[in-house]
This record gives sequence, structure tokens and C-alpha cells, in this order.
Amino acid sequence: MAEPTLPILEIRDVGKTFAVQGKTVTALKGANLSVKRGEFVCLLGASGCGKSTLLRIAAGFEAPSSGQACMWGKPIAGPDPARGMVFQDYGLFPWLSVRDNIGFGPKSRGRPAAEIRDTVARYIDLVGLGAFADAHPHQLSGGMKQRVAIARVLANEAEVVLMDEPFGALDAMTRERLQDELLDLWGRTGLTVLFVTHAIEEAIFLADRVVVMSPSPGRIDAVHDIALPRRRDVSSPAFNDIRRMLSAQLHSHHGRVAA
Amino acid sequence: MSANPAVAAAAPVPAAPSSRPRVAVPWARLREAALALAIPAVLAIVWHFLTTGRPYSLIPPPAEVWTALVDLAVGGINDDAFSATLLTHLGASLSRVYGGFALAVLFALPLGLLIGRVPLMRQLLDPTFQILRPVPVTAWLPLAMILFGLGPRSAYFLVFLGAFYPILVNTIFGVRSVEPRLFEAASMLGCRGSAQFARVVLPAALPSIFTGLRLGLGFAWVVIVVGEMTGVQTGLGAIIMEARQLSRTEIVICGMIVIGVAGFLSDRIVMLIGRRLLAWSPSHG
Repeated sequence: MAEPTLPILEIRDVGKTFAVQGKTVTALKGANLSVKRGEFVCLLGASGCGKSTLLRIAAGFEAPSSGQACMWGKPIAGPDPARGMVFQDYGLFPWLSVRDNIGFGPKSRGRPAAEIRDTVARYIDLVGLGAFADAHPHQLSGGMKQRVAIARVLANEAEVVLMDEPFGALDAMTRERLQDELLDLWGRTGLTVLFVTHAIEEAIFLADRVVVMSPSPGRIDAVHDIALPRRRDVSSPAFNDIRRMLSAQLHSHHGRVAA
Repeated sequence: MSANPAVAAAAPVPAAPSSRPRVAVPWARLREAALALAIPAVLAIVWHFLTTGRPYSLIPPPAEVWTALVDLAVGGINDDAFSATLLTHLGASLSRVYGGFALAVLFALPLGLLIGRVPLMRQLLDPTFQILRPVPVTAWLPLAMILFGLGPRSAYFLVFLGAFYPILVNTIFGVRSVEPRLFEAASMLGCRGSAQFARVVLPAALPSIFTGLRLGLGFAWVVIVVGEMTGVQTGLGAIIMEARQLSRTEIVICGMIVIGVAGFLSDRIVMLIGRRLLAWSPSHG
């Protein structure tokens, strides 16, 4: 393992431009972020602030137009099992059972069958889907699909879990339950999580640090440490203070854009 | 498509999915069969009353066709050239339908995968196929007989041609419409490059490929009569042509019925196989 002072993820002055119908659009400009091992970091912002772009650069799906994204000090050159992605639309393989979806990564990396079986069984239990091991994705609810997506990434020994509004398509009750489960998993496994959301409450509830981003051009505005003890009470005065502060910060951009 | 009860059950309150779709209750099956047979029964009755007892009718009544069909199958009634020859003709047509279909699969499937996956191949081959595709199989008949001679080789070629395009077009479509998200998911899980072909492209395209196979086999039956206009002695198309020249319209109708039933049964078999292979797909399972 690398020396403890080295950040697991480092975003250095990263910018990203896309060509849209002949015009150049700046999706992200001058982003700097350093994530330590075991940290839970939320990227918070309205649509168009470049939070998903930043996440996709960290995943290796997109190359930065300027600057550099590194993992353990090495430039990220493409997707890698060390950085698992959880998509909002799940991205499960519809032809594979829950078991085989979770086993997809280990199988791709040529693990022996017996080891895959054990790994899969362990992670199916961890996300509580024992009764659905042989079901196919179309037979599962949204919450269950997202559990499979998380288990699939963990079973592949990902060190960093990148989550792109993973609970955005779920109903409120399921979302809260999965937030709790995710924190529980994170506490037990020592994972590093980079989590994109546009929900202020979700960000404060989950994160060690909240990265506030704003649009046109997409950029990082501020980074806030959330020092509240866990499990956090969303109705506590301290929680509400932070909520108000972040809300004001997010809304100030609207004013600036309009002005 | 019938709704899968396991899906409906899993949507609001997730319950353990049943591994097999529930068997329909007997009366529902009976009702289904009765509804399916209603129109053929009405047609047969209309046919009967329009033709029976008219000595100069050019269309034979159903009873006469039935007698001819029995004679064609087992003989012992007319004892002419057609008696007890049904199995021979059916066997000959089956071998051409499945032979031509197999040839079409052999060519269309790899070509479709290639055209769908490799842009250069698409640019090179797609325009040619697009121009050749609208040419009807019937139009190929004279050329086929010049190229492959009188006889079964031309028949195989024409059936092949009929089955080729549906398989090709649907394979290309299936390969090209794989969700980009699945490639991202595969690559972040460690499955990259050419490994994605077998583990992502092929299974994702399977429902579409399967639709192509089903359509292709259907077309193989459709073109069998044209295919057997090439001077072959046996086959359902061949007896239809021969009976037509002898004005044996009842034999013509027998041939039509047998082609219809055989085509229907072969489609059913393909569908059953598909349901097993594609149980994961909401639109096939």
C-alpha cells in the first residue's frame, strides 16, 4: 500500500470542454480536490455544475481537457476495477442473474470459480439479497437493483466507490434506507466514497466533506467539513444550520447567473 | 406478449421471484384455443356453403379437400400420382427450408455482427446490402436458375435469400443498439476491449438476433413455393405447381394448408426455445 500521506484521489486543476454542435462548452474549469483514503466526500450542486463530469473523469470514462486526475499519485488513464462506479440508472446486465451480475467483475479478472462463488455469496449477504440471488434485474425493485450495483463494485475489490446520484431515482423511504445501509457498509469496510448529489440533506447526512459546485462554467466553489457526529439527526439545529448555510451558498449562484 | 406474473408481483411489494412463469389455468387455455380457432372455423363454414353442390365451381368444397389431404397423406382413396406422397414432399421442403435457413444464419449472423461492430465494414458492405435487399426473391428466380441450374441448389439459394435479410438487419440493429452504459459498466469492472464482445455485445444483442432468426425462418417458409419453382420434382411448392398444371385445385389447397401448419409449428418451436434462452428479457420471457 502507498504511504498514508498520499491522497487516494487527487484532482489537479482539471478542466473539461466538450464540442456541442460546433461550439465549445466548458463543463468544468480549474477543479482541485484531494480525497484521503477512507473519506466520504459528496459533490453537491445544481445540474450543469460539472459534478458528474468530475466523477466521470475520476472513473476514467472521460479524459480531462486540462489538468490531471490521479489515483495514488498515478495519472488515471481509463476505467479500472480499483474505482467502481454506481450509476443512477444501475447499469446492471439484464441477461445475468443477481449472482452473475455481482460475479461479473471477479470473472472478468480471471478469478477461480470457487473464489468467485464465495465472494459473490458474501456480498449477496452483505446487501441482503439472499432470496434474490437467481432473480434477473427486471424482477427487482429500484432499491434492490442499486444494492446489486453496489455489491457488484465491492465484490470487485474497488478501493474507491464513485456514485453518480445513485439514489436519485428511488422513492424517499427506499432512499433513506439505502443511505443508512451505505453508511453502515462504509463504516465496516473502510471504503473511500465520492458521491454526487443535488440534494443538500443527502450530502450533509452522508459526507465527511461536502464539495459545493456551481454552473457556467462548472467549478468547485467551496469545500466544507461536516463535523457532526454520526448517525446524524437531520432535524437537529446543528444539521439545519449547515443546511441553511449550504442552501444560501447554492442559491447565491442563481443570483449571480441572473445578474 | 403475455405478461410475466413474477414481474407484476415484484413491482410494488418485492416478493421472491418464481423461477418459472406460472402455468395458465386450464379454462384460460381452452378459451385461448377456442378464440384462435373461431375465424378458421367461420371461414371453413363460409367456404363450405359457397362451394358445396355446385358442379361447376372452380374451387373444391372443404370435404373434397379433406379427402384429398387424407389421400395425399396415407393414400388408398384416389390411388393416383399424388397418393401417399405427402411425407416425401414435406420432408423435401423441410430440408430446403431448414437448409436454406441454416445457410442464411451461417452468413448473416457473422456479417451482421461485423457490420454492426466495425465502422469500416459498415461503410464497405451496408450500401450494397441496402440496394440488394428490396429485390424480391421472385425476381432472383431466373438468375438463380442460370447460376445454380435447375434443381435443389437453386431452391436452397432462394430460401437462403429469403431468410438472409431479416437475420442480417436485426443482428446489425441488435449490435448497434447495445446501451452505452453497459460498456461503461463492463469496463469499470475490468472487462475491456475485445472481451466485451462475448460478454456484453452478444448477450445484449441476443433478443434482436432472435427476432431476426424468427422472421428469417418465417420468410424461408414464405419463399419455399418460389424456391421449388426451379424444376425440383419433390417438395410442397413442387406439388402445388404440378397440381396447378393438372387443374387439381384440391391438391393446391392441401399444399397451402400443409405449408401453413408446418410454418406455424416451426415458429412455435423457435418461440419456445427463445423463451428459455431469453427468460431475462421482459419482452421475451
